[in-house]
Formats: sequence, C-alpha cells, structure tokens
Amino acid sequence: MQKKLMELKNLAEKKIQTAKDLQALKEIRVALLGKKGELTSVLRGMGKLSPKERPQIGALANKIRSQLEAWIEAKREELEEAKFVQQLATEKIDVTLPGAPITVGGVHPLQAVIEEVEDIFIGMGFEVAEGPEVETDKFNFEMMNFLKDHPARDMQDSFYITPEILLRTHTSGVQAREMLAKQGEVPLRIICPGKVYRRDQDDMTHSHQFMQIEGLAVDHNVTMSELKGVLLTFIHKVFGEETEVRLRPSFFPFVEPGMEVDIYDPQKGWLEILGAGMVHPRVLEKAGYNPERYTGFAFGLGVERIAMLKYGIDDIRHFYNNDLRFLRQFQSV
Amino acid sequence: MLVSYEWLSQYVDLTGISPEKIAEEFTRTGIEVEVIYTRDNGVKNVVVGEVLAVEPHPDADRLKVCSVMVKDGELLQIVCGAPNVAEGQQVPVALIGARLPGGIKIKRSKIRKVESQGMICSAKELGLPEKMMMKEDMEGILVLGKDAPVGEDVKEYLGMNDQVIELELTPNRSDCLSMIGVAFEVGAVFDRELNLPDVVEQKAKGKQAPISIRLEAEEDCPFFAGQVIHNIKVGPSPQWLKNRLISAGIRPINNVVDITNYVMIETGQPLHAYDYGHVKNGNIVVRRAKEGEEVVTLDGVTRVCDQETLLITDGENPLGIAGVMGGKSSEVTNYTTSILLESAFFDPVIVRKAVRKLGLRSEASHRFERGVDPERIIPALTRAVQLIQQLAGGTVASDLTVERIGDVEDVVIRLRHERLVRLLGVEIEKEEVLNIFKRLNLPAELDDEHEEYIVQVPTRRQDLTIEVDLIEEIARLYRYDRLPSSLIYGQTTRGKRTKEQEIRRKIRHTLCSLGLNEVVTYSLTTPENNRSMASFHPEAKPIALSMPMSSERSVLRTTLLPQLLETARYNLHHGTQDIAIFEIGSTYITTEKKLTQLPSEHLELGILLTGAYQPEGWNTQAVEGGDFFVLKGILEALFRKLGLRQYEYKAAAPTGFHPGRTAEILVDGKRLALCGQLHPKLAKEYDLNPTVVCQIDLQLLCDSVESELMYQSLPRYPAVTRDLAVIVPQDVISQELEAGIKEAAGELLESVRLFDVFSGKQIGEGKKNLAYSLVYRAKDRTLTDDEVQAVHQRVIRSLEEKVGAKLR
Repeated sequence: MQKKLMELKNLAEKKIQTAKDLQALKEIRVALLGKKGELTSVLRGMGKLSPKERPQIGALANKIRSQLEAWIEAKREELEEAKFVQQLATEKIDVTLPGAPITVGGVHPLQAVIEEVEDIFIGMGFEVAEGPEVETDKFNFEMMNFLKDHPARDMQDSFYITPEILLRTHTSGVQAREMLAKQGEVPLRIICPGKVYRRDQDDMTHSHQFMQIEGLAVDHNVTMSELKGVLLTFIHKVFGEETEVRLRPSFFPFVEPGMEVDIYDPQKGWLEILGAGMVHPRVLEKAGYNPERYTGFAFGLGVERIAMLKYGIDDIRHFYNNDLRFLRQFQSV
Repeated sequence: MLVSYEWLSQYVDLTGISPEKIAEEFTRTGIEVEVIYTRDNGVKNVVVGEVLAVEPHPDADRLKVCSVMVKDGELLQIVCGAPNVAEGQQVPVALIGARLPGGIKIKRSKIRKVESQGMICSAKELGLPEKMMMKEDMEGILVLGKDAPVGEDVKEYLGMNDQVIELELTPNRSDCLSMIGVAFEVGAVFDRELNLPDVVEQKAKGKQAPISIRLEAEEDCPFFAGQVIHNIKVGPSPQWLKNRLISAGIRPINNVVDITNYVMIETGQPLHAYDYGHVKNGNIVVRRAKEGEEVVTLDGVTRVCDQETLLITDGENPLGIAGVMGGKSSEVTNYTTSILLESAFFDPVIVRKAVRKLGLRSEASHRFERGVDPERIIPALTRAVQLIQQLAGGTVASDLTVERIGDVEDVVIRLRHERLVRLLGVEIEKEEVLNIFKRLNLPAELDDEHEEYIVQVPTRRQDLTIEVDLIEEIARLYRYDRLPSSLIYGQTTRGKRTKEQEIRRKIRHTLCSLGLNEVVTYSLTTPENNRSMASFHPEAKPIALSMPMSSERSVLRTTLLPQLLETARYNLHHGTQDIAIFEIGSTYITTEKKLTQLPSEHLELGILLTGAYQPEGWNTQAVEGGDFFVLKGILEALFRKLGLRQYEYKAAAPTGFHPGRTAEILVDGKRLALCGQLHPKLAKEYDLNPTVVCQIDLQLLCDSVESELMYQSLPRYPAVTRDLAVIVPQDVISQELEAGIKEAAGELLESVRLFDVFSGKQIGEGKKNLAYSLVYRAKDRTLTDDEVQAVHQRVIRSLEEKVGAKLR
C-alpha cells in the first residue's frame, strides 16, 4: 500500500509538471484527487490493512494529497502568468498614433505681458490699481501738468466726447486719482495697467487703442536711484539679466527730471521701451501731497511695445485682429 | 531740427568732435538724434568745369559737342543734350570713372559717333533734392555761379560734403531750434567755448524813412521791432548761404528772403521782409482779424480769417498773418528795392490757432508756437540788417524801431544742494554742480551759508522755471548713467491684486484650460452693433465721440458680443472654423443724453463658441461648440472653479439670441449672465454656423463667489443608488423636477443626476421621458432597503402629484 502511494506520487508529479495548459491541469487534478481519482481509489484498499498500519498509511496519504495540491497550485500560477503575458502581447498598440485632440486655449499676449509685469511689481511691493478709460480732461491732462493749450488737448489728437470728457490718452491720470484717494498717506506704490486711446490711424506701428502700464511710488525721500533700481529689475526680469539698458533724459509734463529708457538689441540697436521720471512737484501738489515733504517716481510703458520686442511681432494690428492662428502661438505663455 | 555740421562749426569749436560723437552724447544728455546724413548722395569725381565752346553735333540736331576745361589746360570733349548749355558757363562735370546717385558710373562713350569724355550734370543727376532747388535750376544742366573754382570737386562748392544731424526735440527744448541754441548745448555737453557773431545796431544813413508801429492786440504781440532798408538788389544768394539753407532743409529763394531764413535758423527768431513800397506810409498795425476778413498769402491762396487770427496790417490792408505767412501784396520780388524787416514776439497760442485753422505750418510758425526768446528779437533783426547790407547791397533807411509792452527779466532760481542730493540719491560734489552750470552758461553762485546755488536763467532757456528743472539740468549733464541704482527704501509694503483682479485672473486661466482663447477687441464700435445684441443695460444711451475717425469706431460699446461676432467672422474668413474665444473688457454705460459726468464702466466677460469645441480624433468623437449645453458645461466648470454655488437658469429671449435656446442666469434674483444660441438671423449676417454666446456681469460674479471653504468629512457609510425614469409633459423643465425630487427626498438624498432625456411616439405626444440617478446616504448609519424604498416611493408620489409625472 505504501509502495503504491509512493508510485502514485511520483507519477503524479510528472503529470503535473508536464501539463500544457490550465484545462489539462484541471483534468489532471480531477484524475488524481477527484472523487473517482487515483488517490481515492488507492485509499479504498485501506480496509484491508491492519489497524496498526491504518493510521500510518492515513497520515502518508494526507501528506501526499497536500503535496499534490501544492504542485497543482504552483503549476496553475505558472500557467496563468504565461497566459497573461501572452494576452498582454496581443494588446500592443501603436504609441505613435495621435492622441485625442484635447484643445487648450491661451491668454492674449498683451494680457500675458501685463500679468508678467504685474507679478514683477507685486514682488517689489506694488499694488495693482485701475482707473476709468473714459476720463475727464481734468485728470487726464490738468492734474498731470499739461497746460491748457498743449497739443494733446486738441480735439484733433484725442477722442473727445464732450469738451470736458475724453477717452484717456494715457494711464497717467490714475496717478492723480490714486494720490487723491490716499489723501496724503505714504508709502504709495501702485501700478496700473489699462487701455488708452489716441486719434491715430491704425497701421503697422499705430493703433487708436493700445495698452499701457503706469507705475507710481510716493514717499518721503523717494530718489531717482530707486527709480533706476526698480526699472533695471523690471527690465532684467522681462528681457533677461544680460540686457544692456540706457537711461536718456527726456520730457513729459508730469515728471522732472524725466527720462526715456532704451534696451540694446544686437540687431536693431537701441530700442525705446518706456518713459519715466521723478513726479513733477506740481503733480504732487495738485493731488494733495506737499512736494517739500514728499517725492515720487513714475513710469509708463507700452504693453504692445514690450510684447512686440519680446516676441518679435512686426505689426501692432495683430493684437486686435485676434486671428486665432496668431493667438494660438502664445498658448505656452 | 536739421543741424548742418559745417554751419554749427561757425559758432562752437568742433575740433575732435565728429557728428557721430555729437549724436551719441546728445542722445545721452537729453536731445535725441534721429539720423546723421551726408548730402553727397554717393557722388564722386564730379568737378567744376568751364564750357569754352559749344558746337552743333554733326549727326543730331538736339545734341551739342562742348569743349569743357576741367583744370588748367585740360580740355574734355563732352556731348550734351541740354538746351541751356552755353559758352562761358561753369558746370558740374562728371569725369570718366565718376559715380552718380543710384550707382551710375560714367564711362568713356561715343554718342552718335562723337566721343564724349564725361557728362555735364543736371541738379537731378547730382541727386540734389528737387524741393530745395529753384525751378530754373532743375531745367537742363545745373549752371553754377561764376565764383565756382574750375577743377574743384563740385561737392565742395555745392556743400555736398556737409553732414546733417537731425535732432528730435522734445517740446521743452525749443531753445535748440537755432544753431546758436545747439551751439550752447554742444558747449555744455563737450565743455567748449562758443564763438557767436557780433551784432552792431545800424543807424539810418541820411533821411529817415517813415516807419511807425502800433500794437493793438498787446497780449498777442507785446514786442515788435522793424527797420527799413533801401537800395537793395534782389538776386540769388551766394552759394555758401544757399548750401547752409539747403542743409537746414530750406529752399533758397532770393538773397533777402534767404537772409531772413538764415537768421531764423541761426538765432531761432523768425523774421519777415515786406516790400516797403507796399506798406502804406511805413505804418505797421498789429491787430486781430475781423470775422471773415480775407488775406491772400504768399502762396497765392485767399485765406478767410476769424477773430482768433492775428494780422499784420498797414492800417488799411493786411500785410500777412502774424507768425504764419506773409501776404502776397507785400511780397519781396525781383523788382523790390526797399524793404521793411520785421522781428517780433507773437503769442504761441494765437499762432497755433492760426496754424490749425488755416492748415499752414512753417518753420516760422513752428518757432512762434513754442515761444521765441524776447532777448533775441533785436539782435536777430540787427544781424539780418547787417547781412542784407553785405549781400544785397542795401543802405539802412531807418533807425531800429521798437514797440514793446512790458519787460522780460532773467529768472533767478535757488537750488538747494541738499534737495539735489536727496532727489537724485547721489552725493554730488558742489564743485561739479558749479562746473555744470558754467558749461551751461547759466551764471550761478553758491550761497555757502544756506548751501544753495543762486542761478540766473536767461530767457533763451524758458523751460527752466523751478528748482527741479535745474536738478534735471544737473542730472543730465552729470549723466543718468552715473546715477547709482538702489532698492526701494522706506517702509515695506505688500504688493497685491484686489479680490476682483484675482478673480478675473482666475477666470482667464480657467477658460484657457477649458480650451478657450482670450481676445482683446476695440472699445469703439458702431451704433448698429450696440443695438444688435442685448446689453445688460437696456437703458444705456450711446456715448458718441465728437470727432470720430470713422463710422466703424464712433461710439463706445454697451455689450462685448458684437465684437466677438466680428472676431469670429474674421477668423472664419481666414480659414479657422473651430472658434472658442472669450474677452474680459468694459462696457460703457450712461443714461445721460449728453455726458456731464463719467459713464460707469462695467467689466463683463463675453464668450463665443462655434465649430468644433473638441475636434474629432481618429478614435474620439467631436464635441460641437455651437451647442447650448456645451456652453453651459463650460460655465458650470468655471463657476465650480470660482466657488459660485447658488444660481439658477431661466429661459429668456433677449435681442440677438435664439428665442427658444437662451437662458439668463440669476443669482439672488439678479441677472448674472445671458447665455444662449446666437439668433440664426444674426448668425447668417455674420456668416456663422450655429454659434453660442454668453455675457457675464463680472462685478456681480465677483460679489457672488464664496471664498470661504470648509472641509466636509468623507462619508463613512455606504450609499444606495436608485434610478428613476418618469414621463412628464414637454413643458415641465428639468429644474422643476430636480427641485421636486430634492424636496421630497429630504436629507437622505445625497445627489441627483440626469442621465437621459428622450421623447418619441412610444412616450406619447407632448411628453418626454427623463431618467435620473439618485444617490441616498445617511451620515450615521448604513441605510436599509426598507428605508431607501420608503424615501424613493415618497419621491415618486410627489412627482406624480406635483408635475403629473408617470413612472415609466
């Protein structure tokens, strides 16, 4: 009996190991361990054994049964893994086929420049302010130290609605509005992006509507060296740390000393990018700040100009035609 | 201002200072140099020749064979076709190998079998600018003056070696509208000595010619000087003077006119010469024109004036428009022998008004508009009188006659050293400051006790009026480059955006992530556009420009949508079909017919979708953009992102929208948005396929979003999902059903989601089937089947009772 069992075990091991697939393994299992299986049929002869032998043979039979089951299980796992691997092989795809066409949009390039500039100045402690696009002659010109007969105050050059109300020609009027709102409080540090309008024919370099960013800082003892520091920081962040910068004296009615700021382009030479200066004492005074106690600096930059230089855009009208073939080029901005 | 380098060198030592150096340093110290150019136009090897003989060409009637001497003893045979060539003339001769403008090279040639050893040139062939030449000089070959030295390079004689520096002057620097003013600037920038011409007042020789000056409009003209000169010979100016005028961009006319222009460029003071014979009794009366008064100006045009025009008259007839242009009647012509010279101050505003009204702009008016230097009025007149005596042979016939109201004094400005240092942020030495004032020719002394500079500012620098103007002068000559750059001092501030600005930014980026592109359109539009789409402000009155440049841009927009439609059309016409765009911008609203106060500017968000929102892929389906529910999906995603939770949709039919496919979105009963399909008629007008649009009131949106956010604990007990399909009459809206479900289900209902809608014969006429998926969950226990069943039944009964729903 014991011999028979050992033979069964050895034979079974061979059968299990050579099973071709899961189905064959299942059949082997039934043949070995099923109700009518080989092991059962051997054990049927237990009755003929002496009572002394029975427990020994019984223990042996159980041990063999567990052994066979373990072998079958191990083989099953092996076969299943093989089948899975084979399955995966059939699922192979061409990874170079195009992806699902999921569209993304983009911020308008002018707005992208504004956001970039805002972030830079917020980092330097400036708040973002806004002002009306339809403005009074008073805030647009008078408060900014433009004399009554200044050419810009002519109907020919600006979009007037009434003799007292016009579309603002620059964002500078916000300087006066912010100062009046602050009522003499310092420090005042703001930038103001926004649309402005001039009575120009639209062409490659002119647009009757464009965008500016105004900046203003007022405090005790604001110096021109701070203005220089702020502008250099800004330019180096927008155009790169290596950008060569030139400050040139220039004239705007609302600053004194005044300047224009150029950056150097190896191909095009010096390019003007913004105007700036120390706030004119009359501007401070009109807005309720005693120029003997307070000084300030101001600057104004053209957003289109920055965008055109930064991205090499040659025609200002692109910004307002909104051709999607143009706009989509700025999706990564 | 065009500055002749040769001319400038008369007034200031330019040794070692090239035009390029001037350009570089001027630009860095406040006067921008536009361009530098040489007047030679690429001309090379053209010399002065003398025509010794002219003979007819044997084979051609129109051609002549000339013998031209180009240096002692060297004769050239040149064939010439110009009718005006004649013996004894001095002419420009292009030698063999000469270069002319346009890359022309002169070669030895045969013209109709006769050898030609060069070319006699016309003004045009030398590239001389036509508008700088007299008419007769442009016909045929250019005949040079008798003083042209034979054999000399013609460029030398014609001033073509001169270099011209074009200055771009800011409005405050009108002092540099003169050669002397520029010389002062060169002196300051390069620390050079000036060499200004001496002027000596000339007295009448013999009997005084009558001259009287009356200023009736004192404010417009407080200062007028005149002098009479007899026996002048009007004729061409000497070449050197012509050359300088041409460099300055002024066409030579005759010696008298040329001298007035020359002195204007030299001193900045415009002068005018009247034919004295046409000034009745030598009377000058300066007065305002009468309404409709006519003046025939030098250019032969009859000008109709109004009371805002200042005239120079002889008491009876107008002699000219002050500061703008002289009159035809008193023009200096070749027959003039006696002149009255004018040098005056005219108010900038009155001149500007005349310039604008008459559309006349001249070198003279340009200077008067910017304010001339009263201290130069008399020296300029005297200088011109001297030059006329020298160059036009006149005799002075009257003493200098001046009528002047009031007086101008030098301005004295005190500059505090401490203020200078504090404003610039640099410790500048007092000695350096004084040195800069010296270079500027501004007499200054240091008051040691008060640490102040006391600076006398002459009238030539009318831009310097207050302390800070002097600080700029110091800074620019100290040079901005040398200023240190520093961080912001003082109390630190936290930079930030307002809540509204942050929300706008978030909207922008959310919509971009959802596949939309931002556009920026014009604020100005047409009244028709404003009427075509509903505005949030139906009461808005149009805000029209008083002088629009075109009807396309004549009023401010009251809605963003028409411009988005135009943008969509533009893109369609340029081959882009799939369009998903948005704009954040203002609309301008007033209820006033005529603005007396500023309109309110409402920030709005406009959205437009047409074509595919998501295009079809090889294994994915397209999502059509012109669909209300795609738009609604985008809006809901946006609202979720912003934290807008409470709002409802209500069917609406505003102007420009599809009447059955449009909703307004309400927040607390206030209208947040209009969204829907574009009215098919309007779509057709704009060549658009089905299109959906939306406008959102950004202020209300910002006010409505909840920035407070509190975490809610995750559910601990399982949910039970039950589906519910009901058949309801067509006009029952989904929102009503959902509200009914929520109300009946109470707090055990966690969510309800519509997953199917259909109608058709099997449902019955006028009915539709809606299928919802309901999720039930309790916070504190696992729901039993019985509990769920009870609630679900309650929902069904409630729908049956309230909206006549039938369970499917």
